[in-house]
Amino acid sequence: MPLVKEGHLVEDRFVRVLDDAPVPEGVSVILPAARLLADARELVMRQAPTGVIWPNDRKVAELVPYLDWLALVALVFPNFRDGRAYSQARLLRERYHFRGELRATGQVLRDQLLFLQRGGFDAFEVTKDADAAAFAEAVGRYSVFYQPTGDGRASTLTARRARGPSMTFKGRREYLADSRSR
Amino acid sequence: MYIYDDFDRTLLDERVRDFRDQVARRLSGELTEEEFKPLRLMNGVYLQLHAYMLRIAIPYGTLSSEQMRMLAHVARRYDRGYGHFTTRQNIQFNWIKLEELPDAMADLARAGLHGMQTSGNCVRNVTTDQWAGVAPDEIEDPRIWAELLRQHLTLHPEFSFLPRKFKIALTASAHDRAAVKVHDIGLRMHCNGAGETGFEIIVGGGLGRTPFIGKTIKPFLPKRDLLSYVEAIMRTYNQYGRRDNIYKARMKILVHDLGAEKFAHEVEEEWLSIKDGALALDPAVVADIAARFRYPEYEVLDDNPPELARAREDERFRGWLDNSVTNHKRAGYAIVTLSLKPEGGPPGDATAAQMEAIAALANRYSYGEIRVGHEQNLALPHVAQRDLPALWRALDDIGVATPNVNLVSDIIACPGLDYCSLANARSIPVAQEITRRFRDLDLARNLGRLHINISGCINACGHHHIGHIGILGVEKNGEEYYQVTIGGRADENAELGTILGPAVPYGEIADVVEDVAAAYLELRARPDELFIDTVKRVGVEPFKERVYAAR
Amino acid sequence: MTSPLQQKLKVTGPVVITANRLGDGAVVYRSADGRWTKDLTAAAVVTTAPAAMELLTAALADRLAAVDAYVAPVELTPQQQVLPGNLREQIRFNGPTVAPPGEG
Repeated sequence: MPLVKEGHLVEDRFVRVLDDAPVPEGVSVILPAARLLADARELVMRQAPTGVIWPNDRKVAELVPYLDWLALVALVFPNFRDGRAYSQARLLRERYHFRGELRATGQVLRDQLLFLQRGGFDAFEVTKDADAAAFAEAVGRYSVFYQPTGDGRASTLTARRARGPSMTFKGRREYLADSRSR
Repeated sequence: MYIYDDFDRTLLDERVRDFRDQVARRLSGELTEEEFKPLRLMNGVYLQLHAYMLRIAIPYGTLSSEQMRMLAHVARRYDRGYGHFTTRQNIQFNWIKLEELPDAMADLARAGLHGMQTSGNCVRNVTTDQWAGVAPDEIEDPRIWAELLRQHLTLHPEFSFLPRKFKIALTASAHDRAAVKVHDIGLRMHCNGAGETGFEIIVGGGLGRTPFIGKTIKPFLPKRDLLSYVEAIMRTYNQYGRRDNIYKARMKILVHDLGAEKFAHEVEEEWLSIKDGALALDPAVVADIAARFRYPEYEVLDDNPPELARAREDERFRGWLDNSVTNHKRAGYAIVTLSLKPEGGPPGDATAAQMEAIAALANRYSYGEIRVGHEQNLALPHVAQRDLPALWRALDDIGVATPNVNLVSDIIACPGLDYCSLANARSIPVAQEITRRFRDLDLARNLGRLHINISGCINACGHHHIGHIGILGVEKNGEEYYQVTIGGRADENAELGTILGPAVPYGEIADVVEDVAAAYLELRARPDELFIDTVKRVGVEPFKERVYAAR
Repeated sequence: MTSPLQQKLKVTGPVVITANRLGDGAVVYRSADGRWTKDLTAAAVVTTAPAAMELLTAALADRLAAVDAYVAPVELTPQQQVLPGNLREQIRFNGPTVAPPGEG
């Protein structure tokens, strides 16, 4: 499965550890949620980076105690139409200020990549090779964004404020006067 | 009406380019149908019985003449010369080819039109009252707020893959012409005790398989908080709406299952974390959007000018005037409704020629603006009263002056089995037959305000649950049958209709409607007691007895 | 929505496989030689569930040409003419039963 970070294909340095398997020393690992919660006290001592894969039907607030030492949180799109992880991602980034790698997994297709990036994901297990190769093009498709998210892109809310009123003051006066007439 | 700025135009162009690429990848096989379907739905492209159908958004029901001409162009160039106006202030074209869609969308984009989010599991066209901005009983123009919401919810990265579709409506009048109580979010603008204008938030309304009237979860929300509060509702729904069963995935089910109080609490908790963040609306942002709403430079005119007084002597003109023309907030002006319900015609349809003629008339008589109502009629919102006689003659010539607005033959109907792949039964021929039975204008006037809504299946796109008379098409043993309800209403006293009796076959449904009308005439207390009030007063039983006596 | 392949096929009379053409959405029928045709008389007609399943499987695999294939009933006249087998299929084949506006 191709992994895209910073706009291009990279080697995945993280290893998935299955439920009861031993956690290898000195290796970056991604653990299932239950494992993290059960073994957190030991895991925090690990020298190598630790990550978790978090199901999309569980509150990410549960992760808050671990976010300052978790290197990675992987969220899940069981199919691309199930959009719950978009909310989880934004909460992790914007509410809980998670700074580690936020990875999209599951069914991750080209036409979701920009939405994912806007939501705070910075790593993508892209389902199709062709889509991974087209990553830069896909996220560069739009230059206008109506909504602010945590991704740093200017939204029209701020861009318009910076530009100043686009119509003459007369336009606004007409509106106000009209809503008071008769 | 709202004039796009560079940002709006650029986004639209980028969306068209994006869709063109998606279509190309589908036609080449790079995208499977399963992967492509949600993408095309997000651009308003359905696959129906005979062809693809394109649903184009008419934000809050406001169109310019130029846009109407573009719709006529699309009808001629890419379709079969006509379009259908829907119950959510959109327009549908029934014969579109997928291969030609990118070009059609590029043409539409030139006029600021698009099909973005008119389908799919995202937020749909934000609708309001077709008299917004000109109704005398309005406290302010709700379309400014509809536009703010439209922008915020367009290609929203968090809310483009919801459990199911999501519909929002606003009203700013005491009399709700936007049916806010049967939407996922209904917003009622009103003044609180302290002289501030804000929103009552009503959630979890909806029709379809399991209809619900919405519940108020916040009696008064200040304007500043509109976007953040809606965001909190959307985030709650996105996370907790059911994903396992499409028939239980609408927000109305979540609100019902949690209970309004618990739902309100979840929303409130989320909202408290974001209310003072980037989504808090400052007046400069609102003023910026408001500044791009263009209003007519009305003349100073008197009510009832001599041209109008003279023309009243013509009985036909008078009949139309009394039926289709309503008071305007501005002296000397009027709001004119154009009936798209001619006798024997498919309800809500207009030909390309009609669209072009209406565009020209709007330029001449309505400051270039047209409205689309969810009753599937059009309106010209800025007509000087002195122009009414000339306008009427022109409207009559093109067949949109049938004086049946709000009467029994002003039927709201979905396309039904003649077009729609979800339907169980036809609705259009039922509507056509009913208009023939009630062609006599004296009878129609005598019956008074009487809304008939017809849906060809349980998805209720004809809004039959809230019809004074509701008709639902079902299939029984391969035959078309129709179930009748009475007593529904869509306004501030919204209520779902009650089933009248067993479903009847296609051949009998028009007879049943005639019998219901006859029963009303018999049962009403006075000639001016409306049908809906008679039903309220006497209940369904007396109607049932009379209608089913011989069946 | 369950895929037609997962639904248990119940075939109680003559049936065809029908779909909509990808490029223009036109109603098409699967012919015996594995192509799509607008001509119902050229459609492959089968009468058993296994035969229908075989046709359907092939049709669904041919995803570049036609979309949403399913099994539709037909009627065979005494002269072995193939007609649509219910109202929905009649409408798909013949078009809407109502005239467009302006032509009523």
